[in-house]
Amino acid sequence: MRKAGLLTTAAMALALSAGMAQAEELHVLNWQGYGTDEAWAMETFEAATGVTVVHDYFNSEQEMLTKLRTSPGAYDVILINSAFTQQAADEGLIQPIDTSRLENFAALSPGLRDAPDLSYDGEVYGVAWTWGLTSIAYDTTEVDPGTSIDILWDPQYAGNVGLRDDSVENVAIAAIATGQNMNDPADMDLIREKLRELKPQIRTYWSSEDEWNKEFSADSFDVSVYWSGSASRSATAFNLPVGFFIPDEGAIAWLDGLSIATDAPNLDAAYAFIDYMDSADFYVRWDTEAGAPASANPSAMDMLPDTAFNKVVLSRPGATDHLQFMAPLSDEKREEFLEVWEETKAYFAE
Amino acid sequence: MRAETRRRWAIAGLTGPAYLWLTLTIFLPLSAMLWFSFQRKGPFGRHETEFTLKHYEAFFTKDYLQDLTWRSLEMGLQVTVICLILGFPAAYVLAKRIKGRWREALFLLIVLPFWSNALVRIFSWTVVLRPGGVLDSAVQSVFPGAPSIDLADSWSAVIIGLVHSYLPYMILTCYLSLQAIDDSLIEAARSLGASALTILWRIVLPLAIPGLAAGAVLIFVPVIGSFFEPKLLGGTQGVVIGTVIEEQFTVVSNWPLGGALSFILLAIVLLILAVSYPFLKDRMRTA
Repeated sequence: MRKAGLLTTAAMALALSAGMAQAEELHVLNWQGYGTDEAWAMETFEAATGVTVVHDYFNSEQEMLTKLRTSPGAYDVILINSAFTQQAADEGLIQPIDTSRLENFAALSPGLRDAPDLSYDGEVYGVAWTWGLTSIAYDTTEVDPGTSIDILWDPQYAGNVGLRDDSVENVAIAAIATGQNMNDPADMDLIREKLRELKPQIRTYWSSEDEWNKEFSADSFDVSVYWSGSASRSATAFNLPVGFFIPDEGAIAWLDGLSIATDAPNLDAAYAFIDYMDSADFYVRWDTEAGAPASANPSAMDMLPDTAFNKVVLSRPGATDHLQFMAPLSDEKREEFLEVWEETKAYFAE
Repeated sequence: MRAETRRRWAIAGLTGPAYLWLTLTIFLPLSAMLWFSFQRKGPFGRHETEFTLKHYEAFFTKDYLQDLTWRSLEMGLQVTVICLILGFPAAYVLAKRIKGRWREALFLLIVLPFWSNALVRIFSWTVVLRPGGVLDSAVQSVFPGAPSIDLADSWSAVIIGLVHSYLPYMILTCYLSLQAIDDSLIEAARSLGASALTILWRIVLPLAIPGLAAGAVLIFVPVIGSFFEPKLLGGTQGVVIGTVIEEQFTVVSNWPLGGALSFILLAIVLLILAVSYPFLKDRMRTA
């Protein structure tokens, strides 16, 4: 009898602590290895708030949306590219942000903080976190990059050019190379032609940062379309001879925001976490130890040394004059871009 | 009468769970996909359901979709034929020449690839086939100065990876057919003076047709729909209809077009089977 009583008490204590542990977790959905899951950052956050950060990952924006649609209540904080924030808000997957609960919000760069793509129906749904570029990376030991995007089409690098297998990205690159608006190109035929001309240049596609590093080390390409944050990591954390430049014709710019899921189980911790992510403390350590894209917090950028990867890339005169920011695309546009890209790939394979 | 009723109940009771399982796992999802393939849009977002044939039309109006389907069929054919050439002799040796322990050991080696994850198998081929990889280094160490072997990111790499993945099916199905052949038939033929080639052509092969056919179908059908092996091994050459279908689901959530292309592929497979069925039936009967 007494034994049974003891067991019940023990079971109750266990159930209680399990319940408490659950209340003290924060579920984050992000790309793997993209800042929020830095071990020291999760430790710092847990030490300050007592909340354990638990991660789940996605490999594409579509996967992220699918996870939000199919598991309501499973996530608190989600990283969403600003080109998808309005779609997620429109589908009711994320909730409006009470910006007064974020200490660092007022200090963010106004141009990024108030970007129209992060708002929906007059309310903020995404908190500007980082921004960066999709442009051209090169092997500093073998390539003198010049200043033009045409380096991708240069016969000198035939068979040595890397592209990501991504329709939106490649259509955008061809649009920039042909002087068009990448979010709404007027002449798709011109883009089709420009992409087809890449046939002798390309041997394989890369699909993730990890794969890029592997292919680059194996010398599969010397010039490649790549992401600025990842290029910074390849140079900083992996010590690869990677250079990165913004061509005169322009580059693809993107803005990543942090959002809160509609049924977020741990709202207070979600606000605290987003605030920490936008702090200079977090960003400076992230960029110096691992390598990161540019922060939306200007005071964090100011604290970086002048030799920091992002500062060097952005310091070239006129570098940011022709950037085109990724905008939300309709389903029809996405399908059209994919069709053009798949047709191009079929032609490459011939 | 009562025994008959009881027998019927027994049959229903024994086969019921299997059919229920098939209905739930195959019939329902396939019907849902068939329904989507006639819709203008996939199941996400807010929009009216609207019936359309445009996704099926797309296949007939867009050349690249037909080209890639042809490419997939070619891939299926090449892999099946190579598996046949490699698998049949191996199965014959296993069934007729090797006995006892050795047979078990060899079987284990043949089935071994099945025990590892398919992705792991494919990734290890990328390590083997790239220049400076396992194969290249091995050749270089035996023949120093030989031209470097670079099969990475090529059509050959795709075929090699797929043959490696699917060969066990051919060996196992052929083995079953060959083992069932009565040895005395072969001995009789030999005692009547038939040459080895005649025995193979007139007795062994015809009797093994069911196994060959089963193996060919088991390989051909999944290979023409494969997508991650070509994607990972083929580089720019690894584009087939399977990768297009996959991208419709993962990149643009265009379930209708992905579904329509899948059903067209299914129709092509059924057509091929329907055309080859009379021939196979004929061969099996005369055998």
